[in-house]
Amino acid sequence: MFEDRKLLVTGGTGTIGNSICQYFNNNGCEEIYSTTTNLDKVKSDQKYINFKEINLNNIENLDLDEIFEFDIDYLVLNAGLNRDNIFLRMSSDDWNSVINVNLNSSFHLLKHFTKKMVKKRFGRIVFISSVVAHTGNPGQVNYTTSKAAISGMVKSLALELSTRNITVNSVAPGFIQSNMTDKLSDDQKNSILDRIPMKKLGDSNDIAKAVGFLCSENANYITGQTLHVNGGLALI
Amino acid sequence: MSDIEERVKKIVVEHLGVEEAKIQSDSKFIDDLGADSLDTVELVMAFEEEFGCEIPDDAAEKIVTLKDAVTYLTANSN
Repeated sequence: MFEDRKLLVTGGTGTIGNSICQYFNNNGCEEIYSTTTNLDKVKSDQKYINFKEINLNNIENLDLDEIFEFDIDYLVLNAGLNRDNIFLRMSSDDWNSVINVNLNSSFHLLKHFTKKMVKKRFGRIVFISSVVAHTGNPGQVNYTTSKAAISGMVKSLALELSTRNITVNSVAPGFIQSNMTDKLSDDQKNSILDRIPMKKLGDSNDIAKAVGFLCSENANYITGQTLHVNGGLALI
Repeated sequence: MSDIEERVKKIVVEHLGVEEAKIQSDSKFIDDLGADSLDTVELVMAFEEEFGCEIPDDAAEKIVTLKDAVTYLTANSN
């Protein structure tokens, strides 16, 4: 499905990022790049991915021309960070690092890669958002803000780039079994399960398939949209 | 016509698909030659490639006519 195309997924060592890389690899994509904060996190079965060790919190000071000297067809902005706390106890550091990694890094990466996509007249950009961007979530003012901001970015960018055959969409996962939801207590998990009509957490492959769809030829006429993959948790 | 002007004109003709005869040195890419805003970005990228220089965003925004491009590239290309 993705033969002769090149993919960059930020945060490829996370559960969802890893599943996305695997899905594209299984479907013919031979050139896959990713980023990680620490190359030690790269697992032995991820050798097919070209990892770049960068800190997205500090991306403004990096020379992206040097790090990403290649062009790509698919850009999946997946890297995300959460630093949860009730708002009244949230530090500026927790606010800034989440906004930097989840939102500002996308600005810089997009500035770098969209120029090349415009020139090629092809590009598929997919953001990984979150259900809580649309519903709110106590304890996650920073995280939900960063993810909700992506909605505006998706729509405006989609409008700006549509004449060049570049689509911009997002996938909004619900609660997915991942390194992020593993941190939740059993009580928290049970109360979430009660609210999910399908009565189970999502699998990271469910997200990978949605991303794959938006990058595939089946989605050529879809842009500026959010695809909710949440087992019915929120119908938006 | 200078060598630089000729090369700039060739890029504009190729990229915007306009007839060379229709391009005056003060023709505006967007208002007179039918470019959209992304075309102007692409033109600047093509100039950078042709002349082996980097045109920063603040300078690029000021290049709205053929003459602007020629003036900038005469002063800044290698």
